[in-house]
Amino acid sequence: MKQNDLILQTVTKVAAFVILLFAVAIFLGGHYSPGGGFVGGLMTSAAIVLLLLAFDIKTVTGILPIDYKLMIGSGLFISTLTVAGGLLFGVPLMTHVYHYIDLPLLGHISLHTAVLFDLGVYLVVVGVTMTIIQTIGESE
Amino acid sequence: MSNLTFMPVLWPLFTGIFLIFFAKKIKLQRGISLFSSLIGIAISLYLVLTVHKQGILTLGVGSWDAPFGIVIVADMLSSLLVLTTNIIGFAILIYSFYSIGEERERHYYYPVFQFLLIGVNGAFLTGDLFNLFVFFEVMLMASYVLLVLGGTKIQLRESLKYIIVNVLSSSFFVIMVAYLYSVLGTLNMAHISQRIAEVNQPGIISVIAIGFLIVFGLKGAIFPLFQWLPGSYYAPPIPVMALFGALLTKVGIYSIFRTYTLLFYHDQDFTHTFLAVLAILTIIIGVIGAIAYWDVKKIIIYNIIIAVGVIIFGISVMNEQALSGSILYIIHDMLIKGALFLLVGIMIKISGTDDLRDMGGLIKQYPVLAWTFFIAAISLAGIPPFSGFAGKLLILQGAAESGAYFGMAVVLLSSLMVLYSVMKIFMNGFWGTSKIDYVLPNKTVNKMLVPAVLLVIISVLFGVGTESIYPFITQAVDTLMNPDIYIKAVLKE
Repeated sequence: MKQNDLILQTVTKVAAFVILLFAVAIFLGGHYSPGGGFVGGLMTSAAIVLLLLAFDIKTVTGILPIDYKLMIGSGLFISTLTVAGGLLFGVPLMTHVYHYIDLPLLGHISLHTAVLFDLGVYLVVVGVTMTIIQTIGESE
Repeated sequence: MSNLTFMPVLWPLFTGIFLIFFAKKIKLQRGISLFSSLIGIAISLYLVLTVHKQGILTLGVGSWDAPFGIVIVADMLSSLLVLTTNIIGFAILIYSFYSIGEERERHYYYPVFQFLLIGVNGAFLTGDLFNLFVFFEVMLMASYVLLVLGGTKIQLRESLKYIIVNVLSSSFFVIMVAYLYSVLGTLNMAHISQRIAEVNQPGIISVIAIGFLIVFGLKGAIFPLFQWLPGSYYAPPIPVMALFGALLTKVGIYSIFRTYTLLFYHDQDFTHTFLAVLAILTIIIGVIGAIAYWDVKKIIIYNIIIAVGVIIFGISVMNEQALSGSILYIIHDMLIKGALFLLVGIMIKISGTDDLRDMGGLIKQYPVLAWTFFIAAISLAGIPPFSGFAGKLLILQGAAESGAYFGMAVVLLSSLMVLYSVMKIFMNGFWGTSKIDYVLPNKTVNKMLVPAVLLVIISVLFGVGTESIYPFITQAVDTLMNPDIYIKAVLKE
């Protein structure tokens, strides 16, 4: 039986982008306010899952041809590199470095190595969530 | 500050991540794993030598000093265990090439193998009680995957039990950590030790000590918390079984070592007597199991439980000799259990059965296997000059010194029974006439023998050269007997 999911599909096309943008905002806001890589990653996967629900696995893999297992690997790699950065500079591992700069448009912002670590976390969370959901989805 | 302290964790982490990218290229995975294992041994050897020269090394992760941040502490006991872990990892890795099977290799066997090493090395090296929990979890996650990988019926059944037991014990671990934190307000082990010494271990701390004993006893399989072990370790393929048998229970024992010498040592009449009683019961139960079974895997698995009892007994006596004995014995046991599991695996592969009553006469076609097994067996029983002897002797001397004669007798008798149980394998498996057709000697079997022989050689060297290794053991025991050394090194007072 064909389901009528016109409303769901139309809403999803808009909502997925809103969720993704919000995920980025939360990811970047993570250092001084609630948020960060973990929550950002979860929201991103929520957006992709919404796409999966509204359309199907084939369409979504067509839009996002990503091997999520490699995404986990990349995320881990980025985070671990950030951890190992201490080796290069002769300071304890995981030492946190930050700096303030002024940029046009964005103004006075701070740059943290923690963001790099969080980027890794973000990729791992998206990768793990999507791998789990795909594995469950495919076995049906 | 020394980043070297954390390298035994960081190195396998990099290797494991790297391997994820080459999941389908089996040959490349093997090559990278092998290379990384060798480097891992080199790193841990360097760590042992550095600790020997400079004393305890610490690393305040993220430049946060103790007791506020997490410290990684490499004292001699930790470094020696890390070195042993890496050697065993190397041997089992080579064995895996020829026996684990392509199906498992393509499903992330090698990355998960590295993640298990991260957990084990990390648990040995951390100086923070909550961080110990984290590394326990890393190790357990990896062990869940290794246990279930392949998905045979028996594996699924045993994984379920194993996961339930471990989830329960992990939650208990966190509860105990929380209790301790609410009493003392710190999680850094050196700081905890200092504060317990200040208040002279009141009753509540002793209760928490027993709580921790339950947690570590579940992982380390002491009486009466060992029931999950014979079933769960029986299920996975031989390399995984060897890895679990040689490493995982030892992490539980190490934690008992650490907590009962560094933290809870003020009320020994209560805590250490309790420990001694459990140790003796563990030995007795292990002996009964080891003698009763005709299944080669089961016999070796019950021998793990006996060894756990002997080591714990050494800790419970808590004097210099008994502790040196326990340290010697735990290293010996890791090496020899690894070797025995691999040898038994080869026997099963050749004969296609794990029941001793169906085997026999293997020595005609496989003399090298037979004599390697023989040496491993008498090392396990502790016959001089092999590696089990020095450790047991010191434990017995220590026990005699503090008048624990009953325990002494049990340990002595258990050695006889251990000898009987492994000689049973030797006599029924290798002597006599064969009842079934064996696989003829071939290249694969010979290659599988290499890592097993390697481990036996190392253990023989360890036994013969105990005299030259002894300074390292003394240094480890010094730290255990005088917690002040540890506290000073960590808190830098």
